Amino acid sequence: MASVTAPPRTRTEPAATRPPAAYKKWGRESWKLRAPLLPALVFLIVVTQLPFVATLVMSFMNWSAQPDAEGRSFAGLDNFKTVFTTPAYRTAVLNTIEMTVVVVGVSAVLALGIALLLNHAFIGRGLVRTMMIAPFLIVPIAAAVFWGNGILMTGFGLVDGVLGQLGVPGAQDIAFLTDHPKLAIEIELIWQWTPFMMLILLAGLQSQDPEVLEAASIDGCNGWQTFVHMTLPHVRRYLELSIVLGTIFIVQNFDSVLGMTGGLNSTNIPYAVYETFYSAKDYGVASALGVVVVIGSLIIATFALRVVSSLLTDEEASR
Amino acid sequence: MRNWNRQRVAKIVIPIAAWLIGIIFVIPILYMVLTSLHAPQDAQTYPPSWGAPLTLENYSSLFTSANPITPALINSVITSVISTLLVLALAIPAAYALAIKPVKKWSDAMFFFLSTKMLPMVAGILPIYLFTTQVINMPDNVIVLILLYTAMNLPIAVWMMRSFLAEVPPAIIEAASIDGASTLRILTRIVAPISMPGVAATSLICFIFAWNEQLYAKVLTSVAAQTGPVFVNTLIQTEHAYLAELAAGATLISLPVLIAGFAAQDKLVQGLSLGAVK
Repeated sequence: MASVTAPPRTRTEPAATRPPAAYKKWGRESWKLRAPLLPALVFLIVVTQLPFVATLVMSFMNWSAQPDAEGRSFAGLDNFKTVFTTPAYRTAVLNTIEMTVVVVGVSAVLALGIALLLNHAFIGRGLVRTMMIAPFLIVPIAAAVFWGNGILMTGFGLVDGVLGQLGVPGAQDIAFLTDHPKLAIEIELIWQWTPFMMLILLAGLQSQDPEVLEAASIDGCNGWQTFVHMTLPHVRRYLELSIVLGTIFIVQNFDSVLGMTGGLNSTNIPYAVYETFYSAKDYGVASALGVVVVIGSLIIATFALRVVSSLLTDEEASR
Repeated sequence: MRNWNRQRVAKIVIPIAAWLIGIIFVIPILYMVLTSLHAPQDAQTYPPSWGAPLTLENYSSLFTSANPITPALINSVITSVISTLLVLALAIPAAYALAIKPVKKWSDAMFFFLSTKMLPMVAGILPIYLFTTQVINMPDNVIVLILLYTAMNLPIAVWMMRSFLAEVPPAIIEAASIDGASTLRILTRIVAPISMPGVAATSLICFIFAWNEQLYAKVLTSVAAQTGPVFVNTLIQTEHAYLAELAAGATLISLPVLIAGFAAQDKLVQGLSLGAVK
């Protein structure tokens, strides 16, 4: 791209006055173009990539910060063996997958439905849209602790109280958080992330050309045919984008587990890493777990990047 | 005739369904606010004391108790605002190099930025913790949080700003530069006005994500640099009636995000879609 934009500029400069500079022009020009990119790249590499390298190194070390622990030493693959053979860690991996798939899947379907509803004109649409967005604007840890303590808590939680007032016997003792901890977290996350996906999908729907839909209806397409053949292909990229972004955030969810169940029967990988290094102080195993997370994320990221790249290649083609 | 009936049914069903779903989604928030306005002993009863008298005592006790929320709120404001400014300072030049006069392989650079966002923050947290506590000896320090939040939001900001700057027609810039306008003049007179809405959307998103962050804040701070989200978690004190004050704290720290998000709903959408939706 630089070669396309550079020639017209060189022509405007009086080449005869500074001949030596003209020879160096190419190298200087490309560095001038690249320079603004460098601070951001360097900063990001130092702050986000170097720690990963350190995590990788530490994952091959025996390193515990417990007072009675032995000194640091090379551990080979022992930490990885621990990660894969300890049932609690395997459960954490499975919990992460389960919670992500359930939350992203349910949120995407709900969000599409709600976005389709809000794409119609009706009285108070702006207000309903505002109400729908609100859950996403509650600070995640604040939402999690209130769901855990104010809504799903055994006894004085809203759900137990309302069920009791509706006459459900024994409602006071329903222990939602301890009986179904994963479901509880999933519901809270769906509540918080459906609005996020809905906003992206609604924007996608509203960018659809109304004349195309009108033409379809004049040509005799019914609502379902229009939806499947016109609307769905149009919102597909928005659906993909919302799923990719939702997955990135929900895989990393830490606040809901901490705030609602404290990890009880619902530990996911971020929480397991936190606990292993913060409470158990086993830095070697925590690092190995971190490396496993990174590898897992890279697999997801490969898929995700392919989706996002379709957004960019469309644009690159149109430039 | 049948079509007409269908449309009529849709005209009644769609608003009812939409209103119902909207109400369901907002109920937990309304209940949180209601709980925060009840006296502590009225807030955690079975069944809920719906009609209990309203009071602001929970909010005032957040500020006047032995362990007030004020320092945490100040830390949250400092980290969110300064990290957002730093993000803009780094992201705007980068986005310029990726959009206005794209460097070779600009999309590779874009994907590098995005891929750092896909690696879980938790995987790098241990070296960061050891580095700040044992190497540079800066535990419990807002500067550390500011730098981390800057890195956390930088990829999103680069993506957003690039998509906004790509809106600037290259022909205008070309014409201005042939007419002899300096780079600075092109930036301030042409690029800045067109990309201002993008800067606003980017700032909003970066502010919200920095304000919301809790994992780094919890691990890397204790007292001096504690932020709002970490403080709220400490309000769970089960030895006495704690729910009302917890609800007040949760409502209070969410208030800036709610106000900013409602005030700039369209910016929110632009930002959340990484600038893909205008």
